[in-house]
Amino acid sequence: MEYAIELRHITKTFGRVVANHNVSLAVRQGEILSLLGENGSGKTTLMNMISGIYYPDSGEIFVKGKPAEIRSPKDAYALGIGMVHQHFKLIDVFTAVENIALVLDKHEKYDLKAIKARARAICDKYAFDIDLDQKVYEMSVSQKQTLEIVKMLYRGAEILILDEPTAVLTPQETDKLFAVLRNMRADGKSIIIITHKLHEVLSISDRVSILRKGEYAGTVDTDMATEASLTELMVGKKVELNIERPEPVNRHLRLSVHNLSVTNAEGVRVLNNISFEAFSGEILGIAGISGNGQKELLEAIAGLQNVDPDSSVVYFPDDDRDSTAEQLIGKTPKSIRDMGVHLSFVPEDRLGMGLVGSMSMVDNMMLKSYGNGHSIFADRKAPRHLAEEIKESLGVVTPSINTPVSRLSGGNVQKVLVGREIADAPSVLMTAYAVRGLDINTSYTIYHLLNEQKQKGVAIIYVGEDLDVLVDLCDRILVLCDGHNNGIVDGRTTTKEELGLLMTALQENKGGAAR
Amino acid sequence: MSEQNKAIHEPLLRVVKRSESSMKQKIVVRAAAILLALIVDALFIFFITGLNPLAVYTTMFQGTFSTAMRFSWALRDLASLLLIGIALAPAFKMRFWNTGAEGQVLVGALATAAVMVYYGGKLPNWLLYTVMCAASVLAGALWGFIPAWFKAHFNTNETLFTLMMNYVAIQIVACCVNIWRGQASGLGKLNMKSKAGWFPQVFGQRYNINLIVVVLLVVLMYCYLRYSKQGYEIAVVGESENTARYAGINVGRVIIRTMIISGALCGLTGFLIVGGRDQTISTSTAGGNGFTAIIVAWLAKFNTFTMALISFLLIFLQKGAMEIASAYALNDFASDIIAGIILFFILGSEFFINYRLIIRGSHKEVC
Amino acid sequence: MDTLIAWILRAIPFGTIIMYGALGETLTQKSGNLNLGVPGIMYLGGFAGFASAYLYENTAANPSAFVTVVLALCCAFAASVIGGMIYSFLTITLRANQNVTGLALTTFGMGVANFFGVYILDGRTATQTMIYKTFQTKIPGLSAMGVPGQLIFGYGFMVYAAIVLAVILHIFLTRTRTGLNLRAVGENPATADASGINVTRYKYAATCIGAGISGLGGLYYVLDYNQGIWATTGQIEALGWLAVALVIFTTWKPLSAIWGSYLFGILYWLYQFLPTLMGFSVPGYVTDLIQMVPYVVTIAVLIITSLRKKRENQPPASLGLAYFREER
Repeated sequence: MEYAIELRHITKTFGRVVANHNVSLAVRQGEILSLLGENGSGKTTLMNMISGIYYPDSGEIFVKGKPAEIRSPKDAYALGIGMVHQHFKLIDVFTAVENIALVLDKHEKYDLKAIKARARAICDKYAFDIDLDQKVYEMSVSQKQTLEIVKMLYRGAEILILDEPTAVLTPQETDKLFAVLRNMRADGKSIIIITHKLHEVLSISDRVSILRKGEYAGTVDTDMATEASLTELMVGKKVELNIERPEPVNRHLRLSVHNLSVTNAEGVRVLNNISFEAFSGEILGIAGISGNGQKELLEAIAGLQNVDPDSSVVYFPDDDRDSTAEQLIGKTPKSIRDMGVHLSFVPEDRLGMGLVGSMSMVDNMMLKSYGNGHSIFADRKAPRHLAEEIKESLGVVTPSINTPVSRLSGGNVQKVLVGREIADAPSVLMTAYAVRGLDINTSYTIYHLLNEQKQKGVAIIYVGEDLDVLVDLCDRILVLCDGHNNGIVDGRTTTKEELGLLMTALQENKGGAAR
Repeated sequence: MSEQNKAIHEPLLRVVKRSESSMKQKIVVRAAAILLALIVDALFIFFITGLNPLAVYTTMFQGTFSTAMRFSWALRDLASLLLIGIALAPAFKMRFWNTGAEGQVLVGALATAAVMVYYGGKLPNWLLYTVMCAASVLAGALWGFIPAWFKAHFNTNETLFTLMMNYVAIQIVACCVNIWRGQASGLGKLNMKSKAGWFPQVFGQRYNINLIVVVLLVVLMYCYLRYSKQGYEIAVVGESENTARYAGINVGRVIIRTMIISGALCGLTGFLIVGGRDQTISTSTAGGNGFTAIIVAWLAKFNTFTMALISFLLIFLQKGAMEIASAYALNDFASDIIAGIILFFILGSEFFINYRLIIRGSHKEVC
Repeated sequence: MDTLIAWILRAIPFGTIIMYGALGETLTQKSGNLNLGVPGIMYLGGFAGFASAYLYENTAANPSAFVTVVLALCCAFAASVIGGMIYSFLTITLRANQNVTGLALTTFGMGVANFFGVYILDGRTATQTMIYKTFQTKIPGLSAMGVPGQLIFGYGFMVYAAIVLAVILHIFLTRTRTGLNLRAVGENPATADASGINVTRYKYAATCIGAGISGLGGLYYVLDYNQGIWATTGQIEALGWLAVALVIFTTWKPLSAIWGSYLFGILYWLYQFLPTLMGFSVPGYVTDLIQMVPYVVTIAVLIITSLRKKRENQPPASLGLAYFREER
């Protein structure tokens, strides 16, 4: 049987990181294939090689049975391959038609009227709902996505790749998208859709291919699959990590989050009535596919996000519940600190938010404490001591504590950041993807540090992506799905499969109504 | 994939960001840039005038160093340029493109001149100086505050805003000069008879006060940016507003505060130029130094000591070109050309400090 | 009435100078390059145009008016393009800071023009009468047709060429594929790159051609407006910054540059004609304040556009930023 596109033994590395290893995959003519996998399993990298963004280190690509060389998006267009990226490649101040004209074939005459007529015809054919004269900045996310698809079809795409198209859509919009995709399938187009949501996988696709940690883990017909079987394929077998998990001691309420909601600049509700409690001496894990509200949740608590009315985050300094409780919502990071609340936060964007890349370790140590004391000059003695101490105790590899931190390797950068946040003697410690991109040893150093803090009575909120780690490290795990609290499970009794299901399938009572 | 494919994929020259460049490397690259620029300048001099470039450079050298007087004049002009550079340093470190130094200096100078015109002889000397100084600082601060406020609140483009403010200032100065000169053809020195508001002579020259102030400010600004809490805030805001918010810094307030400081120091420069150097005012009191100082501040990466070096280089060229002009019957606009070429080379050389080039196939670095 | 006519007859040539400057800078900025070297480039253009005419008229045995005009235009354009190339090489290829490079270019252009101006003329002032006359040639019959004829047809050909150029630029930017691609480069170079547009080539081309157009403003100033006299004054510099102001004032729209530049011309000459028109005299110092109006108006436009945040009126989104492909 001839495949629309076939990948054979594709490998791609970035430096020492292997993004894809020996992956083979095939898409039939006129089918919808779901590509499933956890964060960092190499789905997007693989698709970028089909669409000409990256070039594979080894392996072959066949389009309609013929070997293909895809070196640029242009080559991909010529082969009838179009990809809709997660970050839309559109010009905001252009109209829809102008954006379509941007990818016009060289030989096609530049005539906006004719282009519009052809685009109109495509929209009518597949029932796309879009105003072609509208400027992109006036469009909703779903309209922009539609425009991207129309753009690809206009350019003659026979094979369409969609990278997490439903992540930004409401259920209604998702239904609309799926209807269009089915129309396209009926027309003989091949579609690859990257997604994490199992119910969507089951409802839209003909077959499902699964990637796990950069490797191909198998393909199943959707008819034969269930959410449970897919989850198992996706998360793989439980790996024993041997991360210690001390019992919580002196556990009492530290942080009470109630009805926390955040609406982003585009008007999308990215956090929906989140409520939970965090206790001292305990690690609360936050699981979820990335981009499901984790960033907003932590930033809202830290005073860096505008939250919707009625949101509440109450901080309890000790076990005396009412007298000294403090509302953190509406406060800036500085006023939270001035209240004497030691809230430490290791953000996801280490060098873009947590640290200043061009500054030395010493100067980075004082990022939050530079204002201490009454002198107009900043004290650098204490930060220098701290930098020396962190360098010693965490084994930061750096030529000197005066070297700009952007020159350090990822693991050392993280040690500097975590070291500083812990040195503040926090009562609440929030970390986002604390071990992302780190080698095993450094990761274990970080787990160890977190456990140490836990035993000191710190309430830890740990946002992670590796389910094995979450299950081994955390006392309780809250699962975020689509900005909803999709359930809190006990870290000691839960399984990866349970988490995987909670991450990918919104519980009935949580969704729908809230929308 | 075969080796051949890989080779095609790899372009002839690849640009890679340098992870690290040592002090030595930086100095070598910059020295090479200046040397190359001087060679190009020499070629220019040779082809245009047919003069021996070496002889010309010797003459140039005399422009600054032949007599003690010349050297002192060079220092006087250096002071004006460097003062503005120092004033711009905090704004630029914050990545706020203050292209309005020219105007900020002018309003400061204007405020000084106004005090001299209206209060000269009516106030005791010490009070007159105080009022002159205060007025100029306030005027400059105001000129810096206006664009900063709009930047902080509405994110109004500061490069273009401050640029336009220059011409508003120039016209106001033109207007006042017109009023003050009355029927005379030019304004002439203010308070010619009473010398009210003129700086006293220190070590034989009025402008020596400017030199003292500039030396003081080089050190003070260096310390301010390096060691003070506000300097730290400026650095963080300049690097990443996101990090600044994470650290609890009120970004808008830092922008406004820093621009008030920058504008105030420009205003102070106006005060020093009028009181210590010109004793008069015109639309060219700042003399383009407001623009040149931007280049100085940027190239020095906001280090005031480096700024002093670069300012000296530029002033040296300027004086040298004037000397050439009189010696060989040319004109002193040559200094602009020579300075322009050197600036181009230094600007271009930054690339080789931040990046390195890799030739296809080999792993040898070109630079 | 005569005053009003005289006013317009002054304002339109003045506006034409900065219209060239602004049209060139608009093209440049549409590619995302903020070139603050406009004054320097106008100096280069003005000087090259003048020098070529001077040398030709003084060396050729029998100089032809047509040749001298063509020569001046070509030289002015070429010299300005060289200025644009210096800027492009430094900012695009070597990724130097745009603002600083532009300012250095202004210093350089001013130096080159003034140095060689004095050098060639040996300190004398020279009037290139022939080329000035040619630039001033009006359409014979039409310009004599009373007041309307004078107002509409009473200028040299460069005035009409500027209008035509503005229209062409407008059509180029809004109706052609290349124009669309160029705007895409200025708005979002990464997206343009992904669409297969050669960002570097577009930036180079727009900046160099833009510089060439700006330089024609300098040429027009020297050979027409200033009656063919080369003088080393700071006048061109002020005009160059006014051209930058006009780009903002028109919110990057070439068609608006037509009326915008004439409005600036009217505002500029306001001080001389308004008092006469209204029948009162104004002291000299007030005229200085009135000359500030174009800049104040530009600031107001800048503030209003940032307040209203209307997307069509914003600068090209990547203005002032260097672009290089993400290296992973």
